[in-house]
Amino acid sequence: MTIQFNDETFKDDYTFKNSKEALARFPFPFHEDSYMYSVNLEPHVTSRPGSVYEMGFDVDEHYVSEMRDRAEVLAQDPLRSQSLPHMTLAGWDFLELVMENKSKDYPDLFELHKDGNKWRWINKPLGIDDTFTFLDETTLPYGPLEYIGRQTQGDHVLLDQREDNLWADAGIVTTQADWSLDFDIGMNFFQWHAPVPLAAELGVFKRALKFLMNIQLGAPARRLNWTMTVNPLLDTSPENYAEWGIQKTEITPETIGSKQHLRVELQTLWRLPRSNALVFPIRCYLASFEDIATVPKWGRRLHRVVRDIPDELATYKGFIDNKPLMLDFLSKFDDGLPTSDGIWPDIETEPPLQK
Amino acid sequence: MSAGAEKIAVTVSEKVVLNDLVTRFQFKRTDGGSFPAFSGGAHTVIEMKDGDMTRLNPYSLMSNPLTPEFYEVSIRRDSEGRGGSMFMHDQVNVGDEMVLSYPVNLFSLDLRARKQLLIAGGIGITPFIAQIKQMSLMSGNFELHYSVRTKSLGSYVDDLTDQHPNNVHIYYDDQDQQIELEHLLSGQPLGTHVYVCGPKGMINWVRSTAESLGWPESSIHFEEFLAPQSGKPFSATLAKSNVTVDVGEHESLLEAIERAGVDAPYLCRGGACGQCETRVIEHDGDIKHHDHWLEDEERACGDKIMPCVSRFEGKTLVLDR
Ligand code: FES
Repeated sequence: MTIQFNDETFKDDYTFKNSKEALARFPFPFHEDSYMYSVNLEPHVTSRPGSVYEMGFDVDEHYVSEMRDRAEVLAQDPLRSQSLPHMTLAGWDFLELVMENKSKDYPDLFELHKDGNKWRWINKPLGIDDTFTFLDETTLPYGPLEYIGRQTQGDHVLLDQREDNLWADAGIVTTQADWSLDFDIGMNFFQWHAPVPLAAELGVFKRALKFLMNIQLGAPARRLNWTMTVNPLLDTSPENYAEWGIQKTEITPETIGSKQHLRVELQTLWRLPRSNALVFPIRCYLASFEDIATVPKWGRRLHRVVRDIPDELATYKGFIDNKPLMLDFLSKFDDGLPTSDGIWPDIETEPPLQK
Repeated sequence: MSAGAEKIAVTVSEKVVLNDLVTRFQFKRTDGGSFPAFSGGAHTVIEMKDGDMTRLNPYSLMSNPLTPEFYEVSIRRDSEGRGGSMFMHDQVNVGDEMVLSYPVNLFSLDLRARKQLLIAGGIGITPFIAQIKQMSLMSGNFELHYSVRTKSLGSYVDDLTDQHPNNVHIYYDDQDQQIELEHLLSGQPLGTHVYVCGPKGMINWVRSTAESLGWPESSIHFEEFLAPQSGKPFSATLAKSNVTVDVGEHESLLEAIERAGVDAPYLCRGGACGQCETRVIEHDGDIKHHDHWLEDEERACGDKIMPCVSRFEGKTLVLDR
């Protein structure tokens, strides 16, 4: 597999773009014409070659530029990467997990050579060739979580499991949808989910927590989550609100198609072997409304979802003010035809737009 | 989600008789590959094919958890039990092929602790052996207090005292030596966590003493796997699968469900983890709860059962499975 890496930005001039191939594998999050919050976890097993579900840790055309964006955020705000002292072992577990998966899944891009605890890691896209001692922090330029987090797309949170709960005790977080590691660090499962409306009433949390605590080694789980972002800005953190809060108010009927992005998180959960912690990678994929609308099924469905979503969810996801503008744009791509089940684009089988 | 959705094919590579009661088994991967690392305190579930009966018994892993080249467990012969340990002792030999589940940990160290205080009785030593290996490799601060019946039945006493002379304290029952628990618990520095694994009486003793001395619940850890008990045969109807299973005298309800080809979740198979919890749709008789997962109110209510250890006596039992 060869990947042509883009040279692009996720701020200022926003040159981020999806190629045709990237759009075709975009993880569109709606499996039917409506949306309700649910936990919808499934086993994270390889499925659909070419899709974002094929590999444990998906690498795509945005990899190199995303990692550059992360390095810039970290240079400005080092607190985006934190690890409480007892989480170092979990960091090593995570480093191993990523290195083993990537070197197996992308042998032309990544290599891992082990000689006992002497490891050599080669990351060709980022030009890294490091030799270090596994479990010896002094042999890496950063702690293990930050070291591998700087080379792995997505945010990564390490959850310690104790007292029948999960605790967000470490993380590297620069592409988050409006939450803050610095604020959430040390919190447990119920504390950090407090802001989600409706969900608590649905009683999904207790079940979700039980499920997560029983995730086993070798059997990771995944789900998709989504929100809306104006401009392909990865860092929509509370710390960066001055930047993105204002952009939401600047959208017009002319710019909405290119500036409004559907932001999808592929969330996976893995049991880590030595620490018995979980790692929670949150991988962000962005696609503009106008790109999404080139897929007839997705255009139809996105309109219906945005139209019918309860106001409290649109508020929670931060797009209630722009909802009328979105509907004006999206309605042009909804001809009322039925849509096929499931999230996949079904380009071959779904009819083209009839208007 | 069953424990060991992921399984490992292994070959018995060593069988060492430690004393009259305990034998150690070592496993290597049949495909020659390496084992997943694990955390000290984890167990594996061993599949035992005994004629047309399959037993699945959990045992604590005691090999080096961080970079395991093999897995090891120590099994105490239980001649009163349902035969899993007897099968291992009498029928399993070097060269035999078996199947293990991926490790699962329900008794892990709290890595925030300033000091780990480990209290073991008898075969309860096994999870601590892996934890001690883990802590030695990571310069963790620990102290072990290990109570055994006699010198000859003290599995691993010599290894432990040789390797950690300053951290290991042995107590021999036949010499009337006893852990001075109150004294021990009172003298611990702030931030110490206590872990106990051993007979039920010992677990209760340590838990209640620690609680009465004001130890926070979150600093008291214990592992108590119950072996499924034998009992009178009974039948259960599985409503969703539309089958009725007959549970034999020496079989657990969970094993009978599995034997019928119905997939049922589990992790510990010892009444501790909650994973196998099953809704009782209807029952006319007595549910014999043997787990320590359900709350008293839930038991009184009678609408839940833990099929890994609990049984039934009566006319009808209908389960949501
Ligand atoms: S399997 Fe753990 S309680 Fe039954």
